[in-house]
Amino acid sequence: MFGLDKKDSTLLILVAVLTLLAPFILNPFPSDSGLAQFNAGYPDLMQRFVIFGIFAIGFNILFGLTGYLSFGHAAFLGVGSYSAVWMFKLLSMNILPAIILSVIISGLFALVIGFVSLRRSGIYFSILTLAFAQMSFALAYSVLTPITNGETGLQIALDDPRIFGGAVAADGSIPVTNLFGLEMRSAFDMAVGPWSFTFSAGYYVCAIVMLIAFYLAIRIFRSPFGMMLRAIKSNQTRMNYTGLNPKPYTLAAFVISGMYAGLAGGLMASMDPLAGAERMQWTASGEVVLMTILGGAGTLIGPVLGAGAIKYMENIFSKINDNVLHGWFAFLPDGMEDAVVWILHPFVGKGWHLTLGIIFMLVVIFLPGGLVEGGQRIARAFKGKKAKETSEKATTEPAE
Amino acid sequence: MGILEVKDVGKRFGGLQALGDVNLSVKENTCHAIIGPNGAGKSTLLNCLVGKLIPDTGSVMFDGQSVLGRSPHEINQMGISRVFQTPEIFGDLTVMENMMIPLFAKRDGSYRLHAIKSVMNERQLREEAEQMLEEVNMLDKRHMHSASMSRGDKRRLEMAMCLIQRPKLLLLDEPTAGMARADTNNTIDLLKEIKEKRDITIAIIEHDMHVVFSLADRITVLAQGTPLVEDAPENIKGHPKVQEAYLGEAH
Ligand SMILES: Nc1ncnc2c1ncn2[C@@H]1O[C@H](COP(=O)(O)OP(=O)(O)O)[C@@H](O)[C@H]1O
Ligand SMILES: [Mg+2]
Repeated sequence: MFGLDKKDSTLLILVAVLTLLAPFILNPFPSDSGLAQFNAGYPDLMQRFVIFGIFAIGFNILFGLTGYLSFGHAAFLGVGSYSAVWMFKLLSMNILPAIILSVIISGLFALVIGFVSLRRSGIYFSILTLAFAQMSFALAYSVLTPITNGETGLQIALDDPRIFGGAVAADGSIPVTNLFGLEMRSAFDMAVGPWSFTFSAGYYVCAIVMLIAFYLAIRIFRSPFGMMLRAIKSNQTRMNYTGLNPKPYTLAAFVISGMYAGLAGGLMASMDPLAGAERMQWTASGEVVLMTILGGAGTLIGPVLGAGAIKYMENIFSKINDNVLHGWFAFLPDGMEDAVVWILHPFVGKGWHLTLGIIFMLVVIFLPGGLVEGGQRIARAFKGKKAKETSEKATTEPAE
Repeated sequence: MGILEVKDVGKRFGGLQALGDVNLSVKENTCHAIIGPNGAGKSTLLNCLVGKLIPDTGSVMFDGQSVLGRSPHEINQMGISRVFQTPEIFGDLTVMENMMIPLFAKRDGSYRLHAIKSVMNERQLREEAEQMLEEVNMLDKRHMHSASMSRGDKRRLEMAMCLIQRPKLLLLDEPTAGMARADTNNTIDLLKEIKEKRDITIAIIEHDMHVVFSLADRITVLAQGTPLVEDAPENIKGHPKVQEAYLGEAH
């Protein structure tokens, strides 16, 4: 299907079904039950899942395939966001031109940064990308204030010189982002008994863009270009002596992954037309590294899983405070309840980073291939059991 | 004029004169062996031919063009392929993928952005790769992760990767080192066959005299960075200078 083999088609269809049904899948608990706080099916969070999914898919094309570890990819995400907001301010509230510009500008930005950073490899490359990103972050806060609006962040205002659609909506408020009239914030709720599900236009736009981005990533993985990128990671000496110049390949991978980051940034601004410098900070660059490694670097689906896992923890785990814990353990005798809450306290709420850190360490040590390897091991264990059963049958049958 | 002309090439490493005024002419479609004791400068000479090292003095002409100052991938595109003393293969890739990469390099040049096309659809190249693997008796290993193979297999794979590019000049740095006797004989047979079937020039560095005398049309003996003698194999065997160089190493 679409030029993919059977295995990849199955994966793509599976991901498509899961993303399109996400409003159901992520809201498994009735809205009035105690578990409702584990529901992740609200538009804001679902959008973040897929947007960071795109970011990580792109990052994986560089890091997973070539092994070049960039510590500055958030800069491209930030540049994408700024470009999109400028497009909203100057051209129109339609997200399509905004996203296109985000991708182009971040691509150009990546071309320059990549060209310089790729003169070195290994740790020096990582440091160069980190330095560039921190420089961009600092500039966005200081001298570039006319473009970035400094600390406040770039926003839509009532006096924007917008060419199409005017500066003010019919009701006198700031107009909203849309795709040819379909407003990104529009949503409709569906209640099924005690359950409630929200379908948001913004989420579905992001989801479809993510599926296209994922599909393109699969094509890249399976292309001669993808093979060259893996060859770069494997043995650059052999590559050189086989008549291939690794540099343009690596630079192309860098630019493509920068464009993915810009796409994510543009989408982020399209969902909420605001761009701030903190999006470019090194912590944001580090986050996409964590996502990719946690999910499984170099695998197709890993980065998406990693992005989902981290965003879920960031938004759900962080909401569990002491009151919630006391509620859960109310059935215990008072002293014990306090003790349990005291033990769990550092791991939830603001302490979710600790939980993430522990999970990350466990994954890196025991599952170097990330969550994907975990999945594969479970699948193999099941298959192994089945294979054993059938072989046992085969050996016992003749005896009968 | 040979296809490869090395003139007065010298190379120093700090205080060590690794090569001093090496002159070498390799005729087209012949097999030229370079022998000599360990540390004689054989690998250094090879490195000067493929762009890994730039000689301090002298010139290296291949096919009428200078190779000096060109990078390894440009020199490969001129028609020189090289097998290393320790096999250099793409360890993370399968045997088949290892074979596809040189084919892409040959067809598409040093760089081409084929990002959407599928490798699976390259029927013709795949067939070519399978045929070459068949020739080196590795077809049954084509789905294997190449890092997990034996050293002998890695060498054979590297040789196949070079041969599939149909180079004008094949450089071999001790291609049978670490191979079992049977594998060595297979390699000799393979190279003989290639020599007969194709227009190819081979320059080989080898310790194993059995290999040298089975393949070489011409032999250069290198000692301490300078060529001692160059002659046909039958004249090299009993040459007093050669005896001397090799006896020197044995003691
Ligand atoms: N990159 C290098 N730096 C310093 N010395 C080197 C280098 N390469 C080779 N040599 C030295 O040059 C001499 C010739 O080495 P080499 O060409 O590898 O010999 P051979 O291949 O004939 O055994 C040796 O003494 C070796 O130690
Ligand atoms: Mg050597």
